[in-house]
Amino acid sequence: MNYTFQFGVVFAQLPYLLGGALLTLEVAFLSFWLGAVIGLFGALGKMYGGRVIRWLINAYVVFFTNTPALVQIFFLFYALPDAGILLTPMTAVVIGMTLNSGAYLTDILRAGILSVRREEIETAQVLGMSGPQMVRFVILPHIAKTIYAPLSNFFIWLVLGSSMAAIFGVEELTGRAINISTQNLRTIETFSVIAVIYIALTFIASIALALVGRWAFRVRARIF
Amino acid sequence: MNLSVNKGEVISLIGPSGSGKSTFLRVLMGLLPPTAGEVRIDGGAIDYRSRPQLRAMRDRMAIVFQQYNLFQNMDVLRNVTIAPIKIKKRPRADVEREATALLLKVGLAEKHHAYPDELSGGQQQRVAIARALALKPEILLLDEVTAALDPELVTEVLDTIRSLASEGITMLIVSHEMAFVREVSTRVVMMDKGQVVEIGSPAEIFGSPKEARTREFVGKILRH
Amino acid sequence: MWDRIVQEAPDFFTYYNAIFVLQAMGRTLALTVIGCVAGFIFGFAIAAIRSTRARALLPLRLLVTVYVEIFRRIPFLVILFIVMFGIQAVSRGISLFAIALISICMVSTAFMSEIIRAGMESVPKMQREAAEAMNFGFMRTLLLVILPQAWKVILPPGFAFMVMFIKDTALVSQMGVVELAFTGKMFVGRGFSPFLVYGTVLAGYFVMSYPLSRLGAYLENRLATSRSRESIQRVWTGPGPVQSEPVGEQG
Repeated sequence: MNYTFQFGVVFAQLPYLLGGALLTLEVAFLSFWLGAVIGLFGALGKMYGGRVIRWLINAYVVFFTNTPALVQIFFLFYALPDAGILLTPMTAVVIGMTLNSGAYLTDILRAGILSVRREEIETAQVLGMSGPQMVRFVILPHIAKTIYAPLSNFFIWLVLGSSMAAIFGVEELTGRAINISTQNLRTIETFSVIAVIYIALTFIASIALALVGRWAFRVRARIF
Repeated sequence: MNLSVNKGEVISLIGPSGSGKSTFLRVLMGLLPPTAGEVRIDGGAIDYRSRPQLRAMRDRMAIVFQQYNLFQNMDVLRNVTIAPIKIKKRPRADVEREATALLLKVGLAEKHHAYPDELSGGQQQRVAIARALALKPEILLLDEVTAALDPELVTEVLDTIRSLASEGITMLIVSHEMAFVREVSTRVVMMDKGQVVEIGSPAEIFGSPKEARTREFVGKILRH
Repeated sequence: MWDRIVQEAPDFFTYYNAIFVLQAMGRTLALTVIGCVAGFIFGFAIAAIRSTRARALLPLRLLVTVYVEIFRRIPFLVILFIVMFGIQAVSRGISLFAIALISICMVSTAFMSEIIRAGMESVPKMQREAAEAMNFGFMRTLLLVILPQAWKVILPPGFAFMVMFIKDTALVSQMGVVELAFTGKMFVGRGFSPFLVYGTVLAGYFVMSYPLSRLGAYLENRLATSRSRESIQRVWTGPGPVQSEPVGEQG
């Protein structure tokens, strides 16, 4: 083999790639927070809803956690036009990933809510706390502590998962790497560079989330 | 510290918490690296950095821990027989016959196939003693073997050790059970802050201690 | 739309198409199972290396740690691209399936090693000490004492990971490996209704993944003794990146 690596052409495109990284974060953020809203309602519905609601939520969670997000988005992108619904690649990806994260977050949030123990609430009552005070000082901090680590991992999982968007032509980090490599034909170099960007991105996210966790919830989060 | 032990002696180490008694046993066993000093067996010094020497030394000693540390995944019989069979490569039938005798001796003849989590603390500790004895050690180290037990279970374990003492096994005992120490020891070592304060016969240490520190400690303990 | 589905259904659900889809499912399963088994073996080796303390092995520990961190922080799709072009730069004779398999094993090794490491760390340190005092060697301690106690903690997240991996392998379709997701692309290319085609593909994944995830949930309940329940909690929600949702790739 006589392959000489040439990173110069890739480095010249670094600003373009970093712009893609921004879009990557955007997709991850959107689907995380929208998914969190679904997850919150899902968790509450699964715990306090009637039979039908519980069954529906269960079906939703089971379906979305047992099929690939990629194929779900294929479905949204290629099949829905048949029913008269046309989605742009970006919307299809965000909707797909949101529905997915909503399913996972339903389970994570539910585990968090279930982790609040009766004794803790009783203690709070004995101390004479009012309802809102109890939520503010006992229940929420406890839930935050329990679900903090899975949540931050899930966010990173979404950052990496958003690379799927490239397949549908969204120009986020991976998409832009594909664009560049089809021009400069330096595929290995291009993808190595974005691999490093992804590593940096997730490390920054890990560290930022760990700091937030320590500051807001006094969670001792490990980065490694 | 300087201490020499003759064959068949029962040496007890006493002293306030944190005085280095347990640390001393763990260093002897090679579980903690020694910082300075020398250990000699039969006149030969042991180099703790040398694997073969460490193994040879451990071959002649056995330790019983405060927290029993029985292997949770093995039943009583296997806990006792595993090291002789797998490490010392002795024939299974012989080892099992001896193990049966040992378990009879510690009063657990009918518990061969119980798992550690099905036994009381006192029973577990007696299995741990049988496990140590199955190695046929020349020196047996007992590290606060009754400290983790409920008061009513202490007697059964102490009775077991008492009967060993009468058989002439060399023992190094760390214990807070002063009445017991006084009864079984041939010599008592008073330690404080990692240093030996005084060595003497039980009568000397408990009856007429020379050092002020010993007097203070023994006085405080006996007053309880 | 419904008319189209009803109209095309007889042409779509033919014997030969069914065989083709089933074979593709087989390939998806093969990728998953081989990937997970290899991931378990190499992951175990990595976890074992990382559990050593000897100073001489420090460079090796560092190396495997860097490997694990890197492969858990790059999207699977990107790894696929790098491995594919990397291998094809050296040799043209390696099949796409083999390339996909290599990428999968590399990724699953990183994730499995973390799951196994968490399981091994759930066994109290004192167990290791007791074994050491009785002259157990490194491998004996691992095989006779640590693993038999850790497997209860390893299995549930291990199954959860396998379920994830069935889905992750869908990305392999992008490099042209004929597995289940690829059949979707192909049938749509032949002009079948995407509704029908992707509905079938989704059902195919569901059929493979659902029983496994149920088995995982069952094992989790079944294996949770009082002591290991605590440890499972630690693995699934506990500190650090080793949790129920592997930091990884979504497929």
